[in-house]
Amino acid sequence: MIEQELKMIPAREPPKMAVGTIAWLRGNLFTGPLGTAAILLIIYGLILTVPPLVQWLFLDATWFGASSEACDREGACWAFITARLDQFIYGFYPSEEYWRPNLFFAQLAVLVGWLSIKSTPWKKWVLGYSLVIMPVVSWFLLYGDIFGLAKVDTHQWGGLMLTLLLALCGMIASLPFGVLLALGRRSDMPVIRSLCTAYIELWRGVPLITVLFMASVMLPLFMPVEVSFDKLLRAMIGIIMFQSAYMAEVVRGGLQAIPKGQFEAFDSLGLSYWQGMIMIVLPQAMRLVIPGVVNTFIALFKDTSLVLVIGLFDLLAIIQAGLNDPKWLGNSIEGYLFAGFVFWIFCFGMSKYSQRLEQQLHQGH
Amino acid sequence: MSEAELQQKATTADSAAKPTVSIERELTQAQANLIEINGLNKWYGQFHVLRDIDLNVRKGEKIVICGPSGSGKSTLIRCINCLEEHQQGSIVVDGTRLTNDLKNIETIRREVGMVFQQFNLFPHLTILENCTLAPIWVRKQSRKDAEKLAMEYLERVRIPDQALKYPGQLSGGQQQRVAIARSLCMNPEVMLFDEPTSALDPEMIKEVLDVMIELAQEGMTMICVTHEMGFARTVADRVIFMDEGQIIEQAPPEEFFNNPRSERTQKFLGQVLNH
Repeated sequence: MIEQELKMIPAREPPKMAVGTIAWLRGNLFTGPLGTAAILLIIYGLILTVPPLVQWLFLDATWFGASSEACDREGACWAFITARLDQFIYGFYPSEEYWRPNLFFAQLAVLVGWLSIKSTPWKKWVLGYSLVIMPVVSWFLLYGDIFGLAKVDTHQWGGLMLTLLLALCGMIASLPFGVLLALGRRSDMPVIRSLCTAYIELWRGVPLITVLFMASVMLPLFMPVEVSFDKLLRAMIGIIMFQSAYMAEVVRGGLQAIPKGQFEAFDSLGLSYWQGMIMIVLPQAMRLVIPGVVNTFIALFKDTSLVLVIGLFDLLAIIQAGLNDPKWLGNSIEGYLFAGFVFWIFCFGMSKYSQRLEQQLHQGH
Repeated sequence: MSEAELQQKATTADSAAKPTVSIERELTQAQANLIEINGLNKWYGQFHVLRDIDLNVRKGEKIVICGPSGSGKSTLIRCINCLEEHQQGSIVVDGTRLTNDLKNIETIRREVGMVFQQFNLFPHLTILENCTLAPIWVRKQSRKDAEKLAMEYLERVRIPDQALKYPGQLSGGQQQRVAIARSLCMNPEVMLFDEPTSALDPEMIKEVLDVMIELAQEGMTMICVTHEMGFARTVADRVIFMDEGQIIEQAPPEEFFNNPRSERTQKFLGQVLNH
């Protein structure tokens, strides 16, 4: 009798209506009269809008041509994009030197690929190269005037190339500065703490557009006449200083999430402040703030288009300039759609990469 | 009971607890005191947490500190490796006087191992890396030596097979044993235990206590804040009872448990032991 009572209950299959396609449909789409009506309405809306959109975007579109005249007004005029694609990508970079930006893009693609594929070796070294050496190499590659490369002045740079450059420099430089500022703001030393706090509050409180104007118009006024400081460089420094303040606050959020016990543990083992920070706290904190950091990166990537106000032709600015060409009037929808699409591709890519990174670094805690 | 009376009682209990042998030792072997705490006072804002603490710990001595929560026992041992700053009095560990100098603090921390209630393992590092980190970066050992040493200690706490896992994959008892091994890898002169079993399930308390008992038998100097009275009976050379920031009573375990002097101690033991 007692033995019977103690018999363990074996695991059983769940009831039919709890799993499977029909259960999923019931659970997620047709959840009642209101849900069913909403779903039907949405399906009706899609039927109304999607086919004409596809028609306009692809089926009736004109893909190649020399001017707006070549385009059939029934569909999109992608000829505008294809005809000026070189300019959109390279700006005013001399066409015989296109191999240099191409090499830059290729390098970028290889590095990103290397870092995002899980099984590749020497990840740390590749990351180190990307963060420290790559920006320098890229600068000399694109600017030239060294190793027999022809000099290409920065006012000739533009398009996607410029957008990527600005964004990359902003990202790569703002991260370490942001970390230092965040550590400084949590420092025990009052002077360092107030300096970092003041820096962050100052730069965060100013619109990026103001920073860029300051960098391009005001800064030269304070400089001696002989010192001519490259406009692109000034814009980059402005973006980096601005972005560091944002990054600092994101990183600080991560630092605050690390339990006090971790600090006590490395203290009690005799590790110094910097050893503990670099080996214990920052690796954990950075893992926590990946979504926030990528969010800031994405915002930065899109914010680079503001450099058009100081006369730099990034992707958006150069497309806008192309729209004013008398040969290509009336293509603004296509132009802006293309710009939006390119921006979206990169931002979505970053977002996907960050999700991967989070998964890879997850250690079940 | 007024505070003055209590203090009176504490001092009498203190002197009574020290057998003549130990006084002799203090005279002849003053060097053998590993930790000397004199007139220690600490405040959290207005709150007086530690009041006139005097405590000497000889090399190889095992001390258990007990007392109600909020009595300052954790704070006391956290002062020893300067996780908490004290405002008055002196702490000397192995001949080094604790000052505000960072170098000084780091020297002491190297000699003092600490085990926490919440284990505080580094979750992003494997068990082996947890154990080798400090020997490599603080003791400047080679990776190979550090790993060999770490595996020895992991074997002693009976979890060598978990070396390549992450802390999150281990049970609480296992994590606490790793934390003990991690501290031992620094070859400390003294080990501080801050309620090492309080966060554990009853089933896991024993495995941690067994490791601690073994450690005690090997002659490690230990100061344990714990409520495990069985452990205190088996291992301690001296049991210290604290309340309201003072040492109320200290005595060898048999005397402490069978014959507590102060009323406060009797009441506490009554609550801890009789249920």
